[in-house]
This record gives sequence, structure tokens and C-alpha cells, in this order.
Amino acid sequence: MDKFPITVNVNGVRYDRAVEPRLLLSDFLRHDLCLTGTHVGCEHGICGACTILFDGEPVRSCLIFAVQANGHDIRTVESLGSTENLHPLQEAFHEKHALQCGFCTPGFLMTLIPFLEKHPKPTEEEIREAIDGNICRCTGYENIIQAVKLASEKMPR
Amino acid sequence: MKPVPFNYFAPTSVEEALDKLAELGYDGKILAGGQSLVPAMNFRMARPGALVDLNNIPELAYIKPTSEGGLAIGTMTRDSKVEHDPKVIEMFPLLGEVMPNIAHAQIRNRGTFGGSIAHADPAGQLPAISIALDANLFIQSKSKERWVKATDFFTGPFMTVLDPDDMLVEIVLPPHLPHTGSSYQQVSRQRGGYAQAAVASVVTLDDQNRCKEARVVLISVGDTPILSARAKEILVGQKPTAEAFKEVAQAIAANEIDPATDIHATADYRRHLVEVLVERSLTIAFDRAKKGV
Ligand SMILES: Cc1cc2nc3c(=O)[nH]c(=O)nc-3n(C[C@H](O)[C@H](O)[C@H](O)COP(=O)(O)OP(=O)(O)OC[C@H]3O[C@@H](n4cnc5c(N)ncnc54)[C@H](O)[C@@H]3O)c2cc1C
Ligand code: FES
Ligand code: FES
Repeated sequence: MDKFPITVNVNGVRYDRAVEPRLLLSDFLRHDLCLTGTHVGCEHGICGACTILFDGEPVRSCLIFAVQANGHDIRTVESLGSTENLHPLQEAFHEKHALQCGFCTPGFLMTLIPFLEKHPKPTEEEIREAIDGNICRCTGYENIIQAVKLASEKMPR
Repeated sequence: MKPVPFNYFAPTSVEEALDKLAELGYDGKILAGGQSLVPAMNFRMARPGALVDLNNIPELAYIKPTSEGGLAIGTMTRDSKVEHDPKVIEMFPLLGEVMPNIAHAQIRNRGTFGGSIAHADPAGQLPAISIALDANLFIQSKSKERWVKATDFFTGPFMTVLDPDDMLVEIVLPPHLPHTGSSYQQVSRQRGGYAQAAVASVVTLDDQNRCKEARVVLISVGDTPILSARAKEILVGQKPTAEAFKEVAQAIAANEIDPATDIHATADYRRHLVEVLVERSLTIAFDRAKKGV
């Protein structure tokens, strides 16, 4: 199959690559750009681990082809804090023990970043709805909800 | 890489897309939001030879008023756009109720209004809602164009009247008559999960508070969404009463549905759900019709 040239902006960096049409955006990020923060669980849209921001909106990167990202703006978990300097949302996850294995965490974080921008003071009900598309198989959701509440207090508005 | 290799086309106009679909015939497939097609391709259940991606055609995404006072929705309008459009929710409260129940926010950001209807999943909400709201569907191919009523669109599970070179272009929702009320009721295991059974009702009262029209549509209990004939027979011309709602619910559950058993629900359980949900949705819809909301 022919390869297609694409230009994608990921976390503020411009990448020019050539991709086969069947390459999923999740695999493009992980394998071609070596941005392995975006995790892949189910590859059919259920688990939410692969959630990224596509032009600012959270979407499943396993249900978009890399070729479709041509000309678009992508943000992944790598755009948040570093180990030395965590983003307030990451800090809150750390403090409230909102992760164990961490497999689901990038998807939760990328779902919650735009959510907290739109809902700086979310209710518990709103938080539960916001994370209904992300599955965590070890921590349980209670600590994640506590972390979101804490983050909403920490984050600058 | 999960899907089998395929060719990819990204037209920038409807005309260009229709040309490409005509040329590809059975080999080609439209890629809309990809929220149903891409999972099927990742499983290799779907193996299209070529995809015609509609995501670069801005003229297919819009919500605009019609001259009859209804709304026209372009097929590529994202579910999240419909969900958050104040005009949609004001004119069709049913959509306001339904949209947040379709999958999850991340999927609604990508999934499209028309794609969901064209996909014709008997467990999907929008095929049924298009029938409940008596939508008119505009379909185009390179060689022909036509209008099809949503009631005539679905022919089986994941099957519609669309030919391989056809594109669903626009969904037109006629305005509600005065004294119309609606209600959507579902039971699902988890928020955002497909419903084990669901019911959408749209009812209209006349000046004497008698039922003038009753559209009750059942989801996930047959090969296609089912528009109940019995609801109409029992209710139209009558004053709506709790006894009548019960009678409709029993008649539908006993005769008009054909639920299947799967790991999440038995056929009997689905039948039970339909009976409860029909009664509930009619009670609420008529109440809203009376209050004029
Ligand atoms: C985890 C998950 C949960 C979900 N839960 C629900 C749910 O609860 N309820 C629900 O209803 N849906 C659910 N969905 C499906 C989702 O709503 C899909 O977005 C929708 O069914 C298909 O829309 P799409 O735009 O993504 O279409 P695509 O996946 O791009 O296309 C679907 C099919 O329709 C055809 N098609 C698309 N547009 C056109 C057109 N304009 N003309 C002709 N043919 C066309 C395509 O060729 C393809 O065969 C879920 C999906 C996922 C991944
Ligand atoms: S890997 Fe994309 S949703 Fe699970
Ligand atoms: S922390 Fe392990 S799956 Fe969520």
C-alpha cells in the first residue's frame, strides 16, 4: 500500500512522516514518534487508555488513523508535567493514590484536562460522568474522584 | 497495525466523494466518525478495500433551521455538537435526553449523527430516534438523489436501503406540533454502555386533550428499531390514561418485539424491561405534552 505524507503537530512539535493508511494514530504516537505515554488496552474504543486531545477535544487514538491527523493538533500525556515537576492534576493523582499500575492513568488525565478547563469547580456527579468512558482495573474509582476534587482546588483558573 | 491494508481517499467536497464512491462500488466504504467502522476493522470483521473519508468535507457538518420550522442536520455533525446545541435541545428535548446516553464523551466527540443512522445498529439510539422524530433522510449518489423516510430506511441489523455508492447527506427533523411531549427511557449496565432495552416516545394531544399521534419506538429488541403499531391503535382518539399505557405496554411486550438473549440479558428480561419502560415513557411523554414542554 502507498504511504501518505503527513504533517502533525504533537505537543507543540511538528512532525513530518509518511504512513500507511491502516496505521492507527495510537500506534503512530507510540511506535513512530516513540511517545509511549499513550497506552493501548483494547483497541476498540472501550477502555479509554488511549485517550488524547485532537484539536483540544478528548478522543480515542485507537479509533483514528494516523493519516487522518494530517494538519491537526495532538496533545498527549507527555505534554503535562515531568517527574520532577508534576502537573497539578498528576500531583493530585499522586497524593490521593489514584493509580496503582498506572496503565489507565494517561487516558484519565487526558480526559480530565479539558474537563477541568470547562468545569473548574466540578460536582461529584459531574466528575463521575466525565470519567464514564475510562476503565481502571486496579485502583477503583473512589480515589480518582478524590484526586479530581483535589486537582480542581490546586489548578490555577 | 490491526486492520488489513486498504486504500485511502480524502475528498474535500461532496461531489468528489460521490465520484470516488461510484468508481469504487462494492470495494469502497465511507469513513465518518469511525467509532463503529474502525473497531470492526481492528477486529478484521470489516475489510473494506478502500475508505472514502468524509472528515475533510466541512460542508457536511451543520445544524440549520428549515423553512417548515424544523432542523436540518448535516451527516458529519458530531454527536457532541448535537448534544450541546441549545436550539436542538429546545426544539427536540428528546435529543437532549438521548445524546448523553450514547457511548462516552470521547466517542461523541468523533462519532457523527448521520454515521450512527447509516450504521443501523439495532442497539443504537439514533436510528430509533430518527423514526420517533419522523425524520426525512436525503441520500445522494453520483447518478441519483432521493428522500427516504426514516421509517422506510432500516431493512435489517446493520442494513439499510443505502447502495454502496450512496451517501446519507442530511437528516431533516420536522417541527413538533403544538402539545407534543417526548420521553426516552433505557436500562443499561453502565452509563455509556449499550442499552439492554430502551424506548423513545413522542406523543401529541389535540385541543380536547385526546391523543392525536403516538410514536413509540423500541430499541435493542429486534432486527431494526421497531415503531409500535399497537400504541397508535390503542391511544389515538382516546384520552390518555394509566390503564391505556399499561395496555399498550403489555401489547408491545407480548406481540411486537423479538428480543434476543446474550450474556447481558435474557430475552425474557428484555421483554420485562420493555413493558416497564413503555409505560414509564408514555406517562412522562403525555405529562409533558399536557404541560406543553
Ligand atoms: C465504546 C463504544 C461505545 C458505543 N456505545 C454506543 C451506544 O451506547 N449507542 C450507540 O448508538 N452507539 C454507540 N457506539 C457507536 C457510536 O455511536 C458510533 O459513532 C456510531 O454508531 C457510528 O457513527 P460514526 O460516525 O462513528 O460512523 P462510522 O463508524 O464512520 O461508520 C459506520 C458505518 O456507517 C457508514 N456510514 C457512515 N456515514 C455514512 C454516510 N454519510 N452515508 C452512508 N454510509 C455512511 C460507514 O460506511 C460504516 O459502515 C459506541 C461506540 C463505541 C466505540
Ligand atoms: S485502546 Fe483505545 S479505547 Fe482501549
Ligand atoms: S491504575 Fe491500574 S488500571 Fe487503573
